[in-house]
Formats: sequence, C-alpha cells, structure tokens
Amino acid sequence: MPTMPYTPDKPKLAESPDELRARIPGWGADLDPADRPAVPKERFAPEITGAHWEFPERQPEKWPRERSIEHKFLTPVFGTSCPPKGLSGVIRRYSYRRFSEGRAAHWLLLLAADRVDTAESRLGSLFSRNPDNPVAETGVRSEFTHHGLSSRRGNRVDKVHHPLDPVVVAAPWVLAGGVAFLLVRRVARRRR
Amino acid sequence: MRAMVYRGPYRVRVQEKDRPVVEHPNDAIVRVTRAAICGSDLHLYHGMMPDTRVGMTFGHEFVGVVDEVGPSVRNLKPGDRVMVPFNVYCGSCFFCARGLYSNCHNVNPNATAVGGIYGYSHTCGGYDGGQAEYVRVPFADVGPSPIPEWMDDDDAVLLTDALATGYFGAQLGDIAEGDVVVVFGAGPVGLYAAKSAWLMGAGRVIVIDHLDYRLEKAASFAHAETYNFAEYDDIVVHMKKITDHLGADVAIDAVGAEADGNLLQHVTAAKLKLQGGSPVALNWAIDSVRKGGTISVMGAYGPMFSAVKFGDAMNKGLTLRTNQCPVKRQWPRLFEHIRNGYLKPSDIVTHRIPLEHVAEAYHIFSAKLDGCIKPLIVPNAA
Repeated sequence: MPTMPYTPDKPKLAESPDELRARIPGWGADLDPADRPAVPKERFAPEITGAHWEFPERQPEKWPRERSIEHKFLTPVFGTSCPPKGLSGVIRRYSYRRFSEGRAAHWLLLLAADRVDTAESRLGSLFSRNPDNPVAETGVRSEFTHHGLSSRRGNRVDKVHHPLDPVVVAAPWVLAGGVAFLLVRRVARRRR
Repeated sequence: MRAMVYRGPYRVRVQEKDRPVVEHPNDAIVRVTRAAICGSDLHLYHGMMPDTRVGMTFGHEFVGVVDEVGPSVRNLKPGDRVMVPFNVYCGSCFFCARGLYSNCHNVNPNATAVGGIYGYSHTCGGYDGGQAEYVRVPFADVGPSPIPEWMDDDDAVLLTDALATGYFGAQLGDIAEGDVVVVFGAGPVGLYAAKSAWLMGAGRVIVIDHLDYRLEKAASFAHAETYNFAEYDDIVVHMKKITDHLGADVAIDAVGAEADGNLLQHVTAAKLKLQGGSPVALNWAIDSVRKGGTISVMGAYGPMFSAVKFGDAMNKGLTLRTNQCPVKRQWPRLFEHIRNGYLKPSDIVTHRIPLEHVAEAYHIFSAKLDGCIKPLIVPNAA
C-alpha cells in the first residue's frame, strides 16, 4: 500500500494541539501571524523609530573615509574604529576605490589586506611597549583550565580540524621565515 | 579604558584604549555592564570576515548605563540603564522607515549589502563594539531602549541579538499550525529558534547538531527532538525517514559560515577563506525540507560566494527567507513572552567571564570547551 508522500494526506502528528499546549509553555501564543512582530516584512512607520530628522546630520569626516562605490556618497554616520594605515591601508583603499561589492576582487583584496595588517601589526608590536604575547592572546591556557581534552571526547566532528587551527595561524610565519632564510642564504653565498 | 582588541586570526587581548567620544550630535556613550560573545564573533575571530582590522574592539551584544549624550539626544539621559540592539541604524532611511532596521542605508559607508553592526568589521561600518568598558552608540534616540525594571542584565543582553535573532528566524520560517520544523545548530540562536517555533504553533521541532551537550540543552530548554548528525551516515536521508519521507515543512539554518559536517566545505571556508561560508547546514536544509517548503536563514555568512546547492532549492520550489534581525521590532512581543514565563533567556548562559580574561573566553567558545553554550563578558566597571 503506497504511503506518504506518494498519497495526498499529511501524516498525523504524535501530539494534538491540546497536548502540545499542555506540554510546551506558550505553545501557539504567536499562532496568528498578526501577533508576529516581523510580519509583514515591510511596514511603513517612520514615526515609531524615534528619528527626529528626515536625513541625519552629517558626522565630521576627519580623514578621507573609504566607502563602497555602490554608495552615492559617504553615509552621514560611520564608524571610526581603525583608520587604514600602512601597506594594508593602501590595499584597502584601492579595493574600495576600484571594485564594487559585486566583484570577488573587492573581497579577496580586503582579505589579503587583513593578512598584511596582521603581519604589520605583529612586526610593529615588537617595537612597542606592549608586544604581542601569543600564549595570552590565543587563550590557549584555557585548554588546561577548562577541560581541553575531556571536552573533545565523544562524537563531535570538529576535533578532526582543530589541529589545523595552529597551522593556519602559524603557516604564514613559517612560510615567511623560510623565504627569508632562503634569501639570506642566497645573498650570503653570492658574497662569498 | 580597558577594551578587548583583535590582534589577528585566533588572537585577541585586553588593553588600554581611548574612551570613545561623541562624534555626532545624536551619539551616546554607554558604560558597558554586560556583554556577550556571539557565535558570529567567531567568524571575525577566525579571520573570515573581510576588512576585520587589527585593533578593532568586537562585541555587538551589550547593555549598560548611559554615561554621556550628544546635544540632539532627547530620549536618553546619563544614568539610564539601556539595552542596545546589535543594529546601528538611523530610523529614517528608506529601509528603516519600513521596519528593516538591519538594512539601514545611512550607517555603513563600507557596504550597501549590509547595515551597521557594532564591533563587526569595517564591512559592517567600522564601529567599535561593546566588549569594553565604554562604547559609542550612534542614533541614541533610535536604537537603545531603557531596560525594564523587572529585567536583569543577563536577560537583557541576550535580547540585543541572540534571542531576538532566534525568534526572528522562527518567524522567517512562516510556521503554520502543526508544521514540522527542523533547526540546524544547537547554539544559542538555534536553541532560541527551536523554542520560538513552538510559540508559532509547530507540531514537531527537531534540532540537529554534533555536540551532545548542546543537543541535551535543546531537549531540556527547547523541548526538541534531537539528532547528532555524526551518528548518521547521511543526516538528510535520516530526516526523510523520520518524516515519512516527506521532509520537514520548515528548515532553519542557525549555523552559518563555519558549519561542520563536510570537511571540504569547512576547510575551504573557515580555514582557507575561499568561500564566504561553509554552506553545509544550508545545503542540508535545502535537501531535508519538503518540496514547496520554507527555509529560514539567519546564520551569518560572509560576503563572498559559497557553494550552495541552488539547483535543488529551485527544483523543489522552496521559499528562502533571510535577513539580519531587526532587533528592536522583536522586543515588545519578546518582553510579553518573558513576563508570561514562556522564555527565560539566561537559561542558556554557561559562562560569565571577566573582560580581562576575554582571550580565554574566545578560545573556550571557539573550541567548544567546558560545555560552553553562551559566554557573557563582565567588564571591570560593571
């Protein structure tokens, strides 16, 4: 005898609405879509937002603020967390100036700039009063204080790739060290 | 002030940083009393989100006390206890006027596809976040709301994103009475989405993850039927088997960019950053929902492309509903549900960690150590 879904009716639920209402606190409280705050998706009501402007006053632009070329102009308000600096800043500015958000090049350049930024900051910290401390900054001590080994027992699948994390973090440095070593060795040999 | 600062992938620290200042007449400066680490902060922490700059302070889930206000602020005053939605938004652009607060067009010069989010890279506007003693809150008359007197900081901070997003995700599923709802991911947002699905009249709620301790929470907190995908050769086939081969009516992706379950997808996205996100949960959602069903996505993905099984989605006639949550829209109804005892947000909090130990907090949450589900950050000035 053919069964669902090869026949029209939906299978019956194990529990009736009354049983669900008795078991689950609040079951069906939002059954009516009218009670759901995200319905309908768009609801024109500018008067309820608290805004007392049609277009906000402009925040002062203290340095040339990078922006998507898909914007008509610089938005009136923006974050000022980390102005672009160094080589990473050059890459970021180029990416914003040249490519729209629709282009993979835009995002790949920004990701590349992130890696350059990390390298610049790591090197810069060596000459600062607050140098990087890889043990403290990776929080790896919690492996010993918060059950690092026993937490990974059982079926969890992410333990397979956890060993990759230190590789991902260290690989650029190992590669850069290798390249630097080869360059120094080549220069030294030429001088001999 | 003391603030969490990003130092590159997998590295954060707490250091002295200038206290933020009023940069716009409608800014407020808020002294943070409670913050949280969100699962989506881990995408930044792992270096996946483009334009995440060294020196940025993360944190889009925070509450606090107003310390200073700009000259045009009318609705708040110093000393007010406030909860701040993770969305930075103006309240007056085309999108805000229609309630799409997460899609504001006036706050993020860096991208048009996403609105402004505190502490969430320059791709989301370049705003420092709330894992610090103080934070700048733009449009103080629009986003923040006084915390109701009956609500404590732990519950309030969860309303600034995790609970609101989970509740919103269930709404995106367009759940009808008796629907079978499958939620991928038993993290904070997945737990809240599963719990919310019942409020909308779901007949059966199923939660999928690979962490047994989180699935136990899904069973106890969200009354859900749970399955550990690591125990099945093919979780999609299993979903078909347990739904009479029909599939679920609604599938909710509460995982996002770092989904496990397919090593190639995970490594290419989370480790090698060659995709905007690992779409394992999304692909499972597409394949395990019934034809004509609905998929809700509020798991966060990066702006790059991802290897999504779009052909199956098209051929099955699925409805894909997505967005970042417009948080403040959810609050009045969520307040009612909390007061009625239907939801207790802080039931999922597992760790309260001082700001000074934020690096350990990130590692514990990232590596899922110590039964971690939701870590809160307690600043020194709290």
